[in-house]
Amino acid sequence: MNEIVIETDNLTKRFGDFTAVDHLSFTIRAGEVVGYLGPNGSGKTTTMRMLLGLILPTEGTATVLGYDIRKDSEAIRTEVGYMSQKFSLYHDLTVNENLHFYAGVYGIKDETTIQNCLARVGLERQKDILVSNLSTGWKQRLALAAAIVHHPRLLFLDEPTSGVDPTARRAFWDLIYELVAEGITALVSTHYMDEAEYCGKVGIMREGKLLALDAPSTLKTSALPGKAYDLRARPILDALMVLEKSQHVLRSGLVGDHLRVILPHEVDPDLIIKELQNQSIEGAEIEQVEPTLEDVFLSLAAH
Amino acid sequence: MIEVKQISKKFGDNWAVNNISLQVNAGEIYGLVGPDGAGKTTTMRLICGALHLDSGSIKVGDFDIQHQTDQARSLIGYLAQRFSLYEELTVLENIRFFAEVRGLSAEEWLPRSLDILEFVGLLEFKNRFAGKLSGGMKQKLGLAAALVHKPKILLLDEPTTGVDPVTRQDFWQLIIKLAAQEGVAMLVSTPYMDEASRCHRVGFMRDGKILKEDTPANLQASLKGRIIEIKGSQLSLLRQIVQGYPVVQDAQMFGDRVHLRINTDSSQSLIENLTQYITERGVSITSARVIEPQLEDVFISLIETNDE
Repeated sequence: MNEIVIETDNLTKRFGDFTAVDHLSFTIRAGEVVGYLGPNGSGKTTTMRMLLGLILPTEGTATVLGYDIRKDSEAIRTEVGYMSQKFSLYHDLTVNENLHFYAGVYGIKDETTIQNCLARVGLERQKDILVSNLSTGWKQRLALAAAIVHHPRLLFLDEPTSGVDPTARRAFWDLIYELVAEGITALVSTHYMDEAEYCGKVGIMREGKLLALDAPSTLKTSALPGKAYDLRARPILDALMVLEKSQHVLRSGLVGDHLRVILPHEVDPDLIIKELQNQSIEGAEIEQVEPTLEDVFLSLAAH
Repeated sequence: MIEVKQISKKFGDNWAVNNISLQVNAGEIYGLVGPDGAGKTTTMRLICGALHLDSGSIKVGDFDIQHQTDQARSLIGYLAQRFSLYEELTVLENIRFFAEVRGLSAEEWLPRSLDILEFVGLLEFKNRFAGKLSGGMKQKLGLAAALVHKPKILLLDEPTTGVDPVTRQDFWQLIIKLAAQEGVAMLVSTPYMDEASRCHRVGFMRDGKILKEDTPANLQASLKGRIIEIKGSQLSLLRQIVQGYPVVQDAQMFGDRVHLRINTDSSQSLIENLTQYITERGVSITSARVIEPQLEDVFISLIETNDE
């Protein structure tokens, strides 16, 4: 087993009467890429801020890279890289100038280190371009460069690839996995399933609690309390009403021109067809499909 | 309800929208899907008449947006990416403001506003200041404001950007109901494939052009049998190995698996040979199976063939 990079034990943060993070215990090992999914206010950001030593926990303990978050927050921050979705790059400076600025913040002056970092993210040829002229995909690479120029062992990524097309997203994740192969560990906070699919493990948070933490494929098979089906029926809203009232349906929702239904494992889908027929909805078709991460997420995190 | 014919728009030397055509029917949700900078917002602004066309034509209902702008606009509700609400006004006062701008009379606005607030689930918050709403509730208020004059056409520019997945689900339920119940024609832009799959039809947009449009099901069917999922250890190495296998066009690593796109129909023997090829090179795999293609697979394969 690889060394432990993050370990939390009943980590809790209360703001007044509000419990933002509620007895969180988990372990992340070196070389893992762990995604954090949760609605706003579920405690993702508060958790990250505690792990970075920016705020103190109310209760519980955690170590990051072996350092105690209560005592050694400065040591943590020198070995951690942070890239936010709203990364602040200087638009009137070139790629090279931006990276020099961020390197300077960490006291790095060595030119070779900086140029290697640019090469690492594939921006050598863009180095004299003004940031304002870069595409979103290139800006994200530069923000990544700024987050890794000081060779952190742990990388926090906050929605790193929002607003790019799947090809740019893939290229970005290829880079992350190259860094991981070199020994970096990554913790990714996101709202998007497209992004979470790239993580080796995904944690789902709600109301300060960690509801599940596992590989995406495992979550789809074991964390979903049933099977997923696509249902085609007309009129679609009448069918939805029947499903919402049915005792056999765990979740139902509209997906464009059809419905997505989650049924408990033991329920025969033909039963649903019969329930629709009882309400004079004829000709409905139901087909079992692979559950998505979103199905799992909504089943666990939605009320 | 929306008929866009060969429209183009140039900013400086850059064709933001380059000869695109599309049509959205009543009750239909059309997803304009592409990255930032693809031309999605410009297309929306051209359709609602906020920008002038360089060429082409746009009909909204029976009206030409360039020559009958006011009539055309009266049919349109537009939720821009960054819309303004009056934070120091209550929810209801905000809706009233938009109702009056849209010319609703003193008798009309209140019942209509209450209806629409109930529809978006904000009725119980009608006296709350807009500044005190959560992000998702603001988004719903924005939608309510865009709907107050009962538009036949709704333009939604990345309506759920920055909104969490639970709220996003709620929001889409509203959008789909509007299409089904009221027959509203909707044009929705998004960079996300999981949202694209909720539209009736999708147009993939890139560099000002629509590369392809179809229903999500048809788009996915075009790659049926061509996507294989492999699980095992040493995924990076596994990916490298399969890239050398003759029929493999593309291999992508996800968190706990590798997806391959192959250039021929899959078969049991193909999967067996592939498995053997990988294990002979020292990587053990735990499963290999054909999976349903996702819109993301379709988009990537389109871009790759386009770039060649």
